[in-house]
Amino acid sequence: MSALLQQYEPEQAVRPRLLVGGASTTLAEHVARHGPLPRIAGRAHDAIDLIEASGLTGRGGAGFPSATKLRGIARGKRTVVVGNGTEGEPASAKDVMLMTRNPHLVLDGLQAAAEIVGADESYIAVASRAAAAALERATAERADRVPPAIVQVPHRFVAGEESAVVHWLNGGDATPTGRRPFERGVRGRPTLVQNVETLAHLALIVRHGAEWFRSAGLVDEPGTVLATVSGAVHRPGVIEIEVGTTFRAAFERCGGLSAPIQAVLVGGYFGSWLPPDLDIPLSDGALRPLGASLGARTIVALPDSVCGLVESSRAARYMAEESAGQCGPCVFGLAALADAFHAVAACEAMSGDALDRIPRLHAQIARRGACAHPDGTLRFVASALDVFAAEVDAHRRGRCTATAHTPILPTPRKRSGQ
Amino acid sequence: MSERLRVDPLLCDAYGHCAELLPEAITLDEWGYPIIAPGPLPEDLLADARRAVSACPKLALRLESQRTLSPPSRRP
Repeated sequence: MSALLQQYEPEQAVRPRLLVGGASTTLAEHVARHGPLPRIAGRAHDAIDLIEASGLTGRGGAGFPSATKLRGIARGKRTVVVGNGTEGEPASAKDVMLMTRNPHLVLDGLQAAAEIVGADESYIAVASRAAAAALERATAERADRVPPAIVQVPHRFVAGEESAVVHWLNGGDATPTGRRPFERGVRGRPTLVQNVETLAHLALIVRHGAEWFRSAGLVDEPGTVLATVSGAVHRPGVIEIEVGTTFRAAFERCGGLSAPIQAVLVGGYFGSWLPPDLDIPLSDGALRPLGASLGARTIVALPDSVCGLVESSRAARYMAEESAGQCGPCVFGLAALADAFHAVAACEAMSGDALDRIPRLHAQIARRGACAHPDGTLRFVASALDVFAAEVDAHRRGRCTATAHTPILPTPRKRSGQ
Repeated sequence: MSERLRVDPLLCDAYGHCAELLPEAITLDEWGYPIIAPGPLPEDLLADARRAVSACPKLALRLESQRTLSPPSRRP
């Protein structure tokens, strides 16, 4: 363990961590900034203990403890590691930003993970061409023991679900299979699928140690996280914050609010709308009692001027169309949910029929898909009806209070052939 | 040991044979996909349940011993 820590220098524990300094796209710049990646060969168990002590959790949205995942895969034979940089969430930009700006940090993390689980094959799955190009260039500069194949996946919301990533790598569609990659992943082998931001943190933890990692963030949720902030802020974009930073401080980092806001969406289209209490800390511990979670830290500030129901309805339709088309309750249920929600948003639900239909649809959809797509969308819709309850009442009387109609939530169109 | 019915939503194609053979434990949603009654299967329904399992053209219906843990939810 101590040898893994030998490069630890407290004065290097500056914040931010992943985005410290400018871009470092070349290996020379990267090594000058972060030092070389310590060798892990033969000390995989120490490395897993170190990651466990750091408290690192997955940064892709589910927040699963990384050490538990690594330990499970490390027991397997002929394992495979996959960096997940698909980032299908339309309002998220942090993974593409990280891979484009600091590709070597992600590649270091992938190599460290490959060493830890004894993998002899590695991949990074991305949808963004720019990120793929940056990773290709960076990979060519390195002499990794397990050089990764950079694989382009379709621009689809579900394509990033971990069994969908494995399905694609196995030559299938980028759709969920319900199989667990740690049991049967790439070509049937035990496969670690880890978000690229998680890998970047891992690359720094093996350099600087668990205590260093824990010197930022909260005791229960240590470290820093990347967040994508958009909507009514002066400088929308990706920021690195300590877990526990308030919404107010996060918005200030983005130049402050550009308009009065009525709600905040946290966790993207699997996430929840919250009333605009800017003193809430960005941590799962603080959000859980509100029925929300950080997810992949996609934060949208919704200005007063637009209609929260119209915005949410458009996103609900997008999510229905992004169903992989495999499970009946998801295919038909989400389409019916989007129709009913549209009726509410378009003030066509004055009798209340569509509003009464939503809970009935909820009961027929909940926990009936092979992946989290239907349940995540249900959570999003339920929180919209809750937080925009006053607007629902207005719409029932046939009146929308919006004064502006510029879309805030991004809902990309399907690209042809995907 | 009690048993539990489970539908694989990826395989199910809403043929609906299961709900015909086992209406006590299986109803259909408005699109024709089966909804399994919660809780373990009553023992007197076990024979009919086996019949429903073998009648499924997509092999989407399974009987699982209750000790089997349901898979954790996955998210993209």
